[in-house]
Amino acid sequence: MPISRRQFVSTAAGAGIASVAAPRLTFAQNSGPIRIGLLAAKTGPLASGGIDMELALTMFLKERDNTLAGRKVELIVADTAGVPATARTKAQELIEKNNIHCVIGPLAAFEALAIADYLTEKEVPTLGVAAAEDMTQRHPSPWFVRLTSTSAQCAYPLAEYSAKELKYKKIVTIADDFAYGHEMCAGFQRAFEDNGGKIIQKIFTPLATPDYGSYVAQVKSADAIFLGTAGSNGFRFLRQFIEYGMKDKMAVIGGMTALDESVLRNMGDEALGILTTSWYSAELDNAANKVFAPAFRKQFKYDPGYYAGSTYLSGQVLEAALTTTKGNVEDKKALMTAIRGSNADTVRGLVKFDDLGNVIGNVYIRKVTRSDGRLVNSVIKTYPDVTQFWTYDKTAFLKNPVYSRDYPPAKYLEP
Amino acid sequence: MKWIAAVLFAAMLVLLPSVAGDFYVNLASQILIAAIFALSLNLLVGFGGMTSLGHASFLGVAAYISALLTSRYGFAHGPAAIVSIAGTTAMAAVFGVIALRASGLGFLMITLALSQVLWGLAYRMSNVTNGDNGIAGLTRPMPFGISLDSAASFYWFALAVASVSFLMMTTFVSSAFGSSLKGVRDQPRRMAALGFNPWMIRWITFIYAGFWGGVSGLLYVYYNKYIHPTSLSTTSSAEALLGVIAGGSGTLSGPAVGAALVLLLKNYASAYVERWNMLLGLVFLFIVLVMPTGIVPGLSKLLNLRRGSR
Amino acid sequence: MQFWIIQGLNSLSLGGLLFLLASGFSLIFGLMRLANLTHGAFFMLGTYFGATAMRANSDLSIWTVAVSAGVAVAAIGGLFERLVLTRLKTNPLGQVLVTLGMSFIISDACLALWGGDSIPVPTPQNLQAPTRLFGFVFPTYRLVLVGCAITAAITLYLLLERTRLGAMIRAGVDDAQMARAVGIPVANLFTIVFCLGAGIAGAGGVLGGPILSAYPGLDADMLPLALIVVILGGIGSLLGAFIGSFIVGFIYTFGTALFPELAYIILFLPMILVLALRPQGLLGRLGA
Repeated sequence: MPISRRQFVSTAAGAGIASVAAPRLTFAQNSGPIRIGLLAAKTGPLASGGIDMELALTMFLKERDNTLAGRKVELIVADTAGVPATARTKAQELIEKNNIHCVIGPLAAFEALAIADYLTEKEVPTLGVAAAEDMTQRHPSPWFVRLTSTSAQCAYPLAEYSAKELKYKKIVTIADDFAYGHEMCAGFQRAFEDNGGKIIQKIFTPLATPDYGSYVAQVKSADAIFLGTAGSNGFRFLRQFIEYGMKDKMAVIGGMTALDESVLRNMGDEALGILTTSWYSAELDNAANKVFAPAFRKQFKYDPGYYAGSTYLSGQVLEAALTTTKGNVEDKKALMTAIRGSNADTVRGLVKFDDLGNVIGNVYIRKVTRSDGRLVNSVIKTYPDVTQFWTYDKTAFLKNPVYSRDYPPAKYLEP
Repeated sequence: MKWIAAVLFAAMLVLLPSVAGDFYVNLASQILIAAIFALSLNLLVGFGGMTSLGHASFLGVAAYISALLTSRYGFAHGPAAIVSIAGTTAMAAVFGVIALRASGLGFLMITLALSQVLWGLAYRMSNVTNGDNGIAGLTRPMPFGISLDSAASFYWFALAVASVSFLMMTTFVSSAFGSSLKGVRDQPRRMAALGFNPWMIRWITFIYAGFWGGVSGLLYVYYNKYIHPTSLSTTSSAEALLGVIAGGSGTLSGPAVGAALVLLLKNYASAYVERWNMLLGLVFLFIVLVMPTGIVPGLSKLLNLRRGSR
Repeated sequence: MQFWIIQGLNSLSLGGLLFLLASGFSLIFGLMRLANLTHGAFFMLGTYFGATAMRANSDLSIWTVAVSAGVAVAAIGGLFERLVLTRLKTNPLGQVLVTLGMSFIISDACLALWGGDSIPVPTPQNLQAPTRLFGFVFPTYRLVLVGCAITAAITLYLLLERTRLGAMIRAGVDDAQMARAVGIPVANLFTIVFCLGAGIAGAGGVLGGPILSAYPGLDADMLPLALIVVILGGIGSLLGAFIGSFIVGFIYTFGTALFPELAYIILFLPMILVLALRPQGLLGRLGA
């Protein structure tokens, strides 16, 4: 099963080498290929997501015969290794050496923040994946749009759902101790408490935590626990949580990466029934996803999730924009305007952008169920056109400090 | 003969931006920064016999101090640089007192532990350091009103600093003090019997290495205009150590060559080789097996052999 | 009360896990004076072997898998020792470089082979139900893990103290020159001990798998822990590694629970203290 994926990676890499090594002639404007740079962490702890990002984007382009809006497309993938300084060097490589026309990625907030100023300075249209709130709030860039979600954007609907429909009163949150976790839990807390609930405990675990036993044992009694985790850490916490028999005592709900398809494919029945929220699910019933998800599953033998979805989605938005500009990528301003106004119908549904460059789109509440023998995130409720400000007033929102470990303050913590 | 080669090499370095594209000039700037960092670590590893796995502390702390002072407290670059280097050097003095309690593996571990504590603080004290988001939006200084924003101007700036640091570190190790340092490395008991104070010699070296580590940290943060806790991590300390050993510890130019090798493998070869981490590992294995004392001593031996046979 | 008991049990189980990780490291360092920085990668390799074997055939018992993975990793370690390390006896910096290089190779190979996902090692069927004690529950497997560590410790003790091989190893640890002089084949001994250390790490990787899972970066997460344990306990001492493991287990578990602010540095502060005050470690016989 993993073999097919590996073979694919190596052939894709081979193709990449060939295309980079081939002598490149200088073309006049509006001719020659469109060069897209993908920044993805293909090695290091974030590799799971980075590899899926490359697979999905490569698949997207292959489906279109490497042609968008009538022009050939050349994809150059750079491995950021999940390290900010490397991300910067790789961004420079893409721009100064490969002369790319636009950037997709990178995945982690700290990678995106390390290169944000540089990309703005070089005026490179960027289709972002990372969730750091301020990139589209207090420090937006005219050259940056985000197609996925801010850290908290998907958490708000679940918070409301928990309070209003599930009638939860008390919730414990747990997340990795870094900005993504802080921001997501802060947003969840705000919306949940505005709907009458109480966050009674917030646990943040260091990134390199060998054993979650000590944290599981600290969890206070509540209606549910909210997982604001990503990748292997959340997966390991959840397994321990279940081993301690805690899942019988309280419900488990999760943010947009907690039970991503990349986590689910390594879980068993213990995951059944868990509710999570995201802007995507491989089970989504829309025209674009009905093409994408089965094709991806057929090729790689597992379901696409957050990361695969993010780059496929980027491809679709870019395609829509290029259709507007008739394949012109040299006029970067026009391209950026076209991206912002693309209104593309994508695998996550209709995608629009607000004036800060952040996506306005559907957010889905999903439940882990079994279908055809595998675990899937089946959609149980759709919150249409969720913005990064949720129901809050934009001006007031932006006057507040950015979400953090301590903001907004948690008023109902139990000692 | 040697002089001509040296002049040619210097001319090549200075003229690089006129022949190479921005990407390569930037790569060269990064190599210069890594080289200063590796040279300062080599004072400990090569000349002092103290293998440190926490040298990134100095790079990271200098970078953080400068970043915080300029972005948050409105310092100009000049005063910020002075405070940052002074602070880093003072920290090296304190760390030296703690770390020099042990030697060998103990020294390695204590330097590792100290740097891990700093790394943890940088992550955890997010109200000061901005935690995992790092500090972005930094600027480069304008020495004598010259902007360093272009790739070439920054490269020349880094080249100037690197030349000074190379000169000063060379002077340090070839001075009388440097000889006593090597003496302490090889024959600590005899040196003590001769009336030297081995501890003091090691401590001063530790501080001096911390000072230059801080200088490389300043250049690092100027170059990247961003600082993140990973710069303090064991990985960045280990990479520098690998460069020092691969290039040839205890030689003057070895660590610079080793640092360049590591940087090129990581940042350049990785564009062409999917499994660049494995390549990095294999290269290290190869170097140690073929040139056990490092690239520079290995190559010069090879050259001498060929000259001898002619 | 329940808090103290549960966290106490957690400390014990983490301590057990750490002993399985660190004992091999300590053994290798004791005899060969080699800080084997590949040790974390050997451990991770064991976890991946375990995850793969048990996914392919869910009937396999974790004990069989642990032993086989131990043997496989020992073989890899042996090859590495014979082909590379033996050539570097007089070059300690070179040894540091190759063990780090080898760990890069192994972890990148794991990424290439197994991808970036976390892969679980299933908890044995008959140990999945939590144990109920005095009205609270605790995962049974964690308790068993403590037993594993104690068994491993006793076995290693008997091997070192009661066998001819053990006597030779002890002689080598005390004075390798002298051992060579009295005709002990020290070179072979090095290989055997390196295999043994790597094998324990590989088997420990499988046994730790149900708690840790296999994921890229496991090696880098575990290596510092091994170092901390042997530094605290004293390098090259089996008893030191044993006690060090449980001390670290307790400090970590209670430290993170009682002082969450200090979670990042909770393990390094005591290490700095110990190194600064007693550089040979709590029970170390040798100067580090």
